[in-house]
Amino acid sequence: MHNDDASAPRTDPSTQRRLVERSLARRHGAEKRFRAAGLAAVFFGLGMVALLFASILAKGVPAFWQATVVTEVYFDPEIIKVDPRPVAQPGETPAQLHEREMAWQTQLTMANWNRIIENTLAAHLPEVTDARARARLRQLVTSGERFVLRDRVIADPALIGQRLTLKLLADANVDVWLKGNIDRSLPDSQQQLAPDVRAWADQLHERGVIQMKFNTTLFGNPDSRSSLASAGLAGAFVGSLFMMAIVILLAVPVGVASAVYLEEFAPRNRFTDLIEVNINNLAAVPSIIFGLLGAAVFINWFHMPLSAPIVGGLVLSLMTLPTVIIATRSTLQAIPPSIRQAALGIGASKVQMILHHVLPLALPGILTGAIIGVAQAIGETAPLLLIGMSAFVAAVPATPFDQSTALPVQIYLWQGNELRNFFEARTSAAIIVLLGLMLSLNALAIWLRKRFEKRW
Amino acid sequence: MNNWVLICVLLMLMALAYQFGLARSRSVAGQGAARMHSRPGYYGLLVALWCGLPALAVFLLWTLFEPGIIRSVVLNQLPPDLAGLQGNELEVLLRRIEQIASGFGVSDQPAAFELAAAERMRSLQNTGRLAMIASMAVLCVAGLVWTLRRIDPQLRARNQVESVFQALLVISSTIAILTTIGIVLSMVGEALHFFRFVNPAEFFFGTVWNPRFSTTGAADQGQFGLLPLLWGTLMVSIIALLVAVPAGLMTAVYMAEYAPAWLRAVAKPVIEVLAGVPTIVYGFFALITVGPFFSVLGQTVGIDIRATSALTAGVVMGIMIIPFVSSLSDDIITQVPRAMRDGSLGLGATKSETVRKVVLPAALPGIVGAFLLAASRAIGETMIVVLAAGNSPILHANPFEAVSTVTVTIVNQLTGDTDFASPQSLVAFALGLTLFVITLSLNIVALYIVRKYREQYE
Repeated sequence: MHNDDASAPRTDPSTQRRLVERSLARRHGAEKRFRAAGLAAVFFGLGMVALLFASILAKGVPAFWQATVVTEVYFDPEIIKVDPRPVAQPGETPAQLHEREMAWQTQLTMANWNRIIENTLAAHLPEVTDARARARLRQLVTSGERFVLRDRVIADPALIGQRLTLKLLADANVDVWLKGNIDRSLPDSQQQLAPDVRAWADQLHERGVIQMKFNTTLFGNPDSRSSLASAGLAGAFVGSLFMMAIVILLAVPVGVASAVYLEEFAPRNRFTDLIEVNINNLAAVPSIIFGLLGAAVFINWFHMPLSAPIVGGLVLSLMTLPTVIIATRSTLQAIPPSIRQAALGIGASKVQMILHHVLPLALPGILTGAIIGVAQAIGETAPLLLIGMSAFVAAVPATPFDQSTALPVQIYLWQGNELRNFFEARTSAAIIVLLGLMLSLNALAIWLRKRFEKRW
Repeated sequence: MNNWVLICVLLMLMALAYQFGLARSRSVAGQGAARMHSRPGYYGLLVALWCGLPALAVFLLWTLFEPGIIRSVVLNQLPPDLAGLQGNELEVLLRRIEQIASGFGVSDQPAAFELAAAERMRSLQNTGRLAMIASMAVLCVAGLVWTLRRIDPQLRARNQVESVFQALLVISSTIAILTTIGIVLSMVGEALHFFRFVNPAEFFFGTVWNPRFSTTGAADQGQFGLLPLLWGTLMVSIIALLVAVPAGLMTAVYMAEYAPAWLRAVAKPVIEVLAGVPTIVYGFFALITVGPFFSVLGQTVGIDIRATSALTAGVVMGIMIIPFVSSLSDDIITQVPRAMRDGSLGLGATKSETVRKVVLPAALPGIVGAFLLAASRAIGETMIVVLAAGNSPILHANPFEAVSTVTVTIVNQLTGDTDFASPQSLVAFALGLTLFVITLSLNIVALYIVRKYREQYE
């Protein structure tokens, strides 16, 4: 092209015009392509957001409904034969009473709860008479339900001999079968359930004995390995809430205090420069490094308990600290110096100026930064794995010192479960809960910013 | 008395002290001719601080050291034949004694010496408790009375209260430094510990990663070669950057130069959502959606692509860092002065020519900085690779095969029960140190470049 330009006769305006027009067409084509590439990049980003949320929602939403057997249960006194519950006797130490109570509970646990569940289901399927087949009926209900029945009796021994309409969770495999999450045409050898159990499940589902009920276990139960259908998020959720509280109590005040010091008080010297460089670098340190710090310092040196939300909270606080400091500092920088000068001018001390004028004005910005930091912290997984929070915990923690998991760690644990058909949906449901929590926190931050933001 | 009750009582006493200080300063102000130095609230606060802080310090020190002291006293007075007890047995015995002492009792018949020890422990605990409460009370009252008596017009109450406030601020800002020191010390300490088992040269230049299990015997150490892990990290990060940098940069260019205001207002926050999604969610997304998709894609094209591979992990990680690259580049592109664009447009260049030949070269240092920050983010990313990279620490150059990275290996070596004596778990700290040094140097270089660039146009 270039050579053509040089050799073309300069005097001929029509040739020149033709050349310019040709190059113009090329340049405009390039312009269009460039623009299209930009638009494509934007839509690639938007499409990925849509794909991510669509795939999680499509998988997770069905898991909020779970197959449940709604039926009358007879607490047969012939099967549950126990002594009356022990009461404190004079001269007995609490330890002795505790022991007798445990013995009573053991006796209750030894009762044939499976038989009760069997009888309950057989009432709906009278044609099943063979003893072996009757035993297979139990596969319809998840194994943890017998302990739920037992706990009801422990809570209220007067139930023995009564009939009660209860909701028994169906087994995880029944749930998978009824929801069609397993290929129904697979041969028997590849199915999780025996052919007759599958037929019963369909039969009971048609008759409305097995219903799809809203999944309260997901929110009310802790994790479970023996009874997969009753695995829930309660333990992880409470663990995450404890950690969130610790982060709010530690990282936010300390972060705001350091930001105030650095912005308002710190003299310009080597030491404050060091702090500043340090904070910027800490903000970019990979989160897993904080997990190593927690494992070495809190667990190995201070011998704090493994898997406890207190340790997780401390690690996440250290991780969130730089975020809070940086957000607070930029808010403080945005407050015009005239406010400070006015306060100082009418005789306020520096501390008074900060507490009475600067901080109240900076509060919305500080809160926004803090909430975003906290939301980030509760989504973090890697550091928690290193301080042992990936242990299996089948209880809801009562204090931050008890063993517990956290929501993201629970997601990590569930995605690795062998019963994939069931747990893919369950994991997605857990992700929806986690994202819901984070999105509501972020929405709160945006609302705060919109509501209270001041432009100077 | 429960500790929480104690703290609450202390807080109430402080509130009371505040009121006393307030009242006292007002009465002093009323009788004297001189003006008070500070406003009454400061005298109140000063009295409250002097009343509360010393007692609080005593409380903290006491609860920190008391159990250990009581334990050692009780242990010293056990019968001599029990003095040789070690480890677990000692723990069990102590727990039994503690349970008897607390009145809960044990289920079987306690031995006479246990009862005696428990009795001693209980009396020690009771006296300790009483002594603590008494000394706290004394300090409270002494602080209260002493400060109340000091109140006069010359007392610079405000300055004293404010210096306490400032001390709190300084302490808070050193926590960030302490964190860094903690990171460096714990990493270096444990890594040195690891290098007592394994030669550093073998670690940094070894090409085989096969740590074995710690139970297979001390003679059989396993091989700790870093290179396969580093290579896996590099491969995944490069794939991630190949996705994120073009997409992020083009998004930023389009948003800054072309997009109408409404698209900018909608698309920018939506893409930023990608940055807020937890990485475990990306990992799951890669495992369930992207991995199988690539695998099927590979089958139709005729290439063998594993569902969990460097490609899957890299692409998903790239999606994750798109908003990171785009928002950093957006900032930098909008900082390029208007005059440079106008000059180029005025000479007849099209918009895309202006962007490619003027704006991007001018913004290049900043974009390189953004690129380095994104690289450091990709190298330190953990959960996506844990779930989607397949964990096979072998040196190979095929992106469709499974790889392992430094972060994945840290997680694998340090979860489970954490004992800090075997090279198998200590290696996590050596890996962590390597990761820390790499990301830190990337960050320092990137921040330096970005700052230099900013100065250029300010």
